[in-house]
Amino acid sequence: MKWEKLGKIFDPLDYELYDDYIGYAQSPQVLINDNFIRIYFSTRKKSDNGKYISHIQYVDMNKDFTKVLDVSKHEVVPTGKLGCYDEHGIFPINILDYNGEIFAYLSGWSRRISVSVETGIGIAKSYNNGRTFSKLGDGPILTSSLHEPYLVVDGFVKNYDNIFHMWYIYGTEWTQINDNEEAERTYKIGHATSLDGVIWNKESKQIISDSIEYECQALPTVIKIRNRYHMYFAYRSTFDFRNNSNNSYKIGYAYSDDLIKWTRDDNNAGIELSDTGWDCEMMSYPHVFECDNEVYMLYNGNSFGKDGFGIARLTKSE
Amino acid sequence: MMLKWKKLGKIFNPIEYKNNAWLDSFAQGPSVIEYDSFIRVYFSCRPMPDENGQYVSYSSYVDLNKNDFSVIEVSKEPILQLGKLGTFDEFGIYPTSVIKTNEKYLAYYGGWTRCESVPFNVAIGCAVSEDGKVFKRIGEGPVLSYSQDEPFILSGPKIRRFNDTYYLFYIAGRNWIEVNNKPEPIYKIRMAISKDGFNWTKQNKDLIEDLLNENEAQASPDVIFANGKYHMFFCFREASDFRYNKDRSYKIGYAYSDDLIQWTRDDKKVGITTSSEGWDSDMIAYPHVVYLNNKFYMFYLGNEVGKYGFGIAELEGELL
Repeated sequence: MKWEKLGKIFDPLDYELYDDYIGYAQSPQVLINDNFIRIYFSTRKKSDNGKYISHIQYVDMNKDFTKVLDVSKHEVVPTGKLGCYDEHGIFPINILDYNGEIFAYLSGWSRRISVSVETGIGIAKSYNNGRTFSKLGDGPILTSSLHEPYLVVDGFVKNYDNIFHMWYIYGTEWTQINDNEEAERTYKIGHATSLDGVIWNKESKQIISDSIEYECQALPTVIKIRNRYHMYFAYRSTFDFRNNSNNSYKIGYAYSDDLIKWTRDDNNAGIELSDTGWDCEMMSYPHVFECDNEVYMLYNGNSFGKDGFGIARLTKSE
Repeated sequence: MMLKWKKLGKIFNPIEYKNNAWLDSFAQGPSVIEYDSFIRVYFSCRPMPDENGQYVSYSSYVDLNKNDFSVIEVSKEPILQLGKLGTFDEFGIYPTSVIKTNEKYLAYYGGWTRCESVPFNVAIGCAVSEDGKVFKRIGEGPVLSYSQDEPFILSGPKIRRFNDTYYLFYIAGRNWIEVNNKPEPIYKIRMAISKDGFNWTKQNKDLIEDLLNENEAQASPDVIFANGKYHMFFCFREASDFRYNKDRSYKIGYAYSDDLIQWTRDDKKVGITTSSEGWDSDMIAYPHVVYLNNKFYMFYLGNEVGKYGFGIAELEGELL
């Protein structure tokens, strides 16, 4: 695979979005319209106790990503009620545009005491072409289970051959190294299928092999090109990943011809860190989609997307 | 016709048996397994609270004489250790319901974690045992967890098997309401069905209509089959001011069903309430009805939700 980077296209601090925020436009994901592309992302505000809350906003861009047409100035989807899975943030949001209906898979965050958070994946529906979303229930549709004990999040949904597929991540370990530091989490990519997009059957196993020690795998995104399924995702070390570029997020790649067996092939990802600039220390939260016969990848760069996101175009595929 | 329960008094006080750090007080959520010569009553207990006044719960058991319910032996260890860092049952295993099936024992329990905005959350775990004494969880995560219409607090499981099918009666949280700046949970009685005990299909409906108001909290849905129908004993209370106001605290309710799905609530029939004085004068809670010695007995908790143990009552007449 080969990608041409088109550079950073959006910095949230250049615009006036809804509510408070201190930067961040994380995990950009699209809803494609006839004349423009709506790109949803999570931005962050500080809550009373100093911790962050992610909320969903969007930017509308023209179809060659050179012009911002509009940004959201309203609440796109509310965070959850007291005690619910999405009370302390929604990050990320994945849009499913299927048979004329627009659904959102919400990754909800709620805070814990012994560890920092728990997460779950919920569903919402839009009745106004993606301007706002209404939740279908207070609780999640995909959450912890016997062999995926916590941190189910990052759902990405596609329908292939009348079956809904969700790729997502689940936690495998919370590791406490020092008593005075927060525990660190490890997570892997999983897969579930559904006939209706609401009731899911988990495969309950890691589907992408590890390539580094203590690997965390995040935000899978899948695209079908000709007869092959291509998955991009982000991966990093469980430890020392915030300020050490060697351990931080990079883009991983795997392919499959049957949606069951995946072959990891990072060497063939066709995209990597730049030598300098906004994506020279990390690349994360890839989102791959097709628009007007081109395939694009939205992604975040340094500092987990604090300064916005950029885009690349696929120039060669297997 | 109203049922008639004869109270036999308190039969187990954990305070008299505290010989371990993990068992200081409380004997909650009794669940009975019958053996040839004795009965084993699983219950949940607590060590002393930590420096912040917070408790954890362990599940344990006491073996009782089948005829006079005198104590034979209390378990030396909890039946199951608490969960690992970050898991759903890191801070408590309470309550526990045990069933003997295919020469094994299956335990379903509420696993407790601690949260920031609300004090806790609960999901239902499953553990298996060969001997009924030492249990091993079948996975690090819950066997029944949150879903669209059951967003938090899945607790109080009662496992039953009827007609080759497993039924799990439990409660699911509906709302957290603010009472004097403190969140208090509302929960309702629900059910799930399974062929194997591990893969569950939720019914996604409230089984028992509210009697008090929409903020009624319902707990401990205990079901027994007798005389051609299913009988459910449960407890319920107001959402606020229930800890020290006996009028708003736990009472025992009753419902019946022909099919386990449609239930008719009929609290007037329950035939048991708080005593005018003594160990169960402020509340009666967490009923568990069993058939032993050709009689029906109700195990239940008294004041302070079982801090000082549980007692029993004997049904006079038939369970009709």
